[in-house]
Amino acid sequence: MTATGRILRYELHNVLRSRTVLVYAALLFLLTDALFRFGGSGARVVLSLLNVVLILVPLVSALFGTMYVYGAREFTELLLAQPVGRPSLFTGLYLGLSLPLAAAFLAGVGLPFILHAKPEAALWGPLLMLLTAGLLLTFVFTAVAVLLATHFDDRAKGLGGAILVWLACAIIYDGLILLIVSWFSEYPLERAVLALTLMNPVDLGRVLLLLQFDTAALMGYTGAVFERFFGSAGGRVAVLAALVVQAVVPLALALRVFRRKDF
Amino acid sequence: MNTALEIHGLGKRFGRVVALDGLDLTIGRGRVTALVGPNAAGKSTLIRAILGLVHPDTGSLVLDGEALGRDWRYRGRIGYMPQAAHFPDNLTPREVVAMLRDLRGPGAGTDEDLLEWFARSGAMDRPVRGLSGGTRQKLNAAIAFLFRPALLILDEPTAGLDPVASSRLKDKIRTVRAQGATVLLSSHLIGEIEELADDLIFLVEGRIRYAGGLAELKAQTGERSVERAMAALLGGGRE
Repeated sequence: MTATGRILRYELHNVLRSRTVLVYAALLFLLTDALFRFGGSGARVVLSLLNVVLILVPLVSALFGTMYVYGAREFTELLLAQPVGRPSLFTGLYLGLSLPLAAAFLAGVGLPFILHAKPEAALWGPLLMLLTAGLLLTFVFTAVAVLLATHFDDRAKGLGGAILVWLACAIIYDGLILLIVSWFSEYPLERAVLALTLMNPVDLGRVLLLLQFDTAALMGYTGAVFERFFGSAGGRVAVLAALVVQAVVPLALALRVFRRKDF
Repeated sequence: MNTALEIHGLGKRFGRVVALDGLDLTIGRGRVTALVGPNAAGKSTLIRAILGLVHPDTGSLVLDGEALGRDWRYRGRIGYMPQAAHFPDNLTPREVVAMLRDLRGPGAGTDEDLLEWFARSGAMDRPVRGLSGGTRQKLNAAIAFLFRPALLILDEPTAGLDPVASSRLKDKIRTVRAQGATVLLSSHLIGEIEELADDLIFLVEGRIRYAGGLAELKAQTGERSVERAMAALLGGGRE
C-alpha cells in the first residue's frame, strides 16, 4: 500500500466516526424520508431535494472541511515529521476528508430512495444526476476548504473565507446574474450568462439536474439558457467537466501551498 | 567529537522577523544537547528546519554525513516529540500507533518500553478525545521513542507530565543516550537540563549566544549553576 493509502485508511476511520458527519448523514436521511412521506412521487422528491442539496452540501463541506483541517493541524505536523512526502500526506488528508462526506451524502439521500420509491425507470436519470451533483459539490467545496485552511494560518480568516465562498456561490452569485441581466436587458446576453454560470459550481449543480426535467425552461433565466445550449449529452459532459475542473483547480493550488508551507 | 548533525549557515526569516540568523552548529553523536533561549529565540524554527517542517532560506543540514534535501526518507531516523500532543479525536491510541507503524514500514526498529508504560494506564482503546493532557503527553513520548530513532528531538518533553511520569521519561532519555542515541532537548527547565544535558545551545534572537559543553559553560562564566551562567551570558551580551 502507498503512503497515501496508509494515511487515508486511518483518516477515514477518524472522520467517519466524527459526530458532525454522522449528524449530517442522519439529517439528509430524515429530510429525504420526510419528503417521501409528505410529498409522494419520487420525481417531486428529487426536485424538492435539489435546493436542499445545493445549499446544504456546499455549506457543510466548506465549513466542516475548514474546521477539520485546522483541527488536524498539529497531527499533520507530527505526520510531516515522519518519513512521508508532502504530496502523499496531502492526498491522504483530502480524500480522508472528502470521501466520508461524500459517503454521508450518498447514504443520507440514497437510502430513503431505496426504501420508499419502487424506482420507476423514469426516476433513475434524475436521481443519478442529483447524487452526481451532490457528490461533485462535496469534492469542490472540500477542495476550497482545504485551500483556505492551508493558506490562512489564522482560523478566523479561513472560516470567514469558507462562509464567504459559500455565500457567494449559493446566494449572491445568482442575484448578480439577475442584476446583470436586468441592467443589460437591451443586449444579447446568453453567451455571457452561460459563461458566468459555468463558473459557479452551485449553478452547475442546478443546471445538471434541471436539464433532467421538462420544467427547466420555467426555472429561471439560467435554466432556460442552459436548456437551449446544453440540452444535449454534450452539454451534460461540459457541465460535469466544469465541476471537475472546479474541484481540481483549488486542490492543485492547495497542494502547491501545502508543499511550500512552513509548518 | 563525533558529529551526528551539522548545521551550516542556517537562516530563516518570517516576513521581517529573522528567526534564524545564519546558524553554524554541530550536535554530538550519543550526547544530549539542550536547546535553550528566551521565547522567539528561534528554538522552534531550528527544530522544525531539522524535521523539514520549515524550509530554510539559506544554509544546509547534514545528518550522519548526508546532506538533507528533497528526499524525506531521513526522517525515518528521527523521533519527534512535539510540545503539545494532538491526535485525531476519534482514533484510539492503539490506532494512532498502528498508523505510525504503517507509515514507518516494516524496516523500522521498535522499542515498546514507553508504549507498555502508556498501555498500563488502560487508555489504549479509548478515543483520544477523552484522554487527559498528561495521558496524551505520555502517548506522545511513547511514539517518539517507538522506532529506536538515532536522533530524538524532544520539545519541552516533561511539560504537562506528573513527577512520576516525568522521572520515567528522563530515565528513558538517559537509557537511549547510553545506547548511543543522540538527543536534542528543548527545555525551559534548568533542573532538567543540568540533570540530562551534556551540551548546551543557547539561542538569542536567532543567533548562538553559547554552544558547547555544560561544564565548559560554568568554567567560562565562573558560575556554579547553569542558570547563573546563562544569566551571566545574557548580562555580558548587554554591556
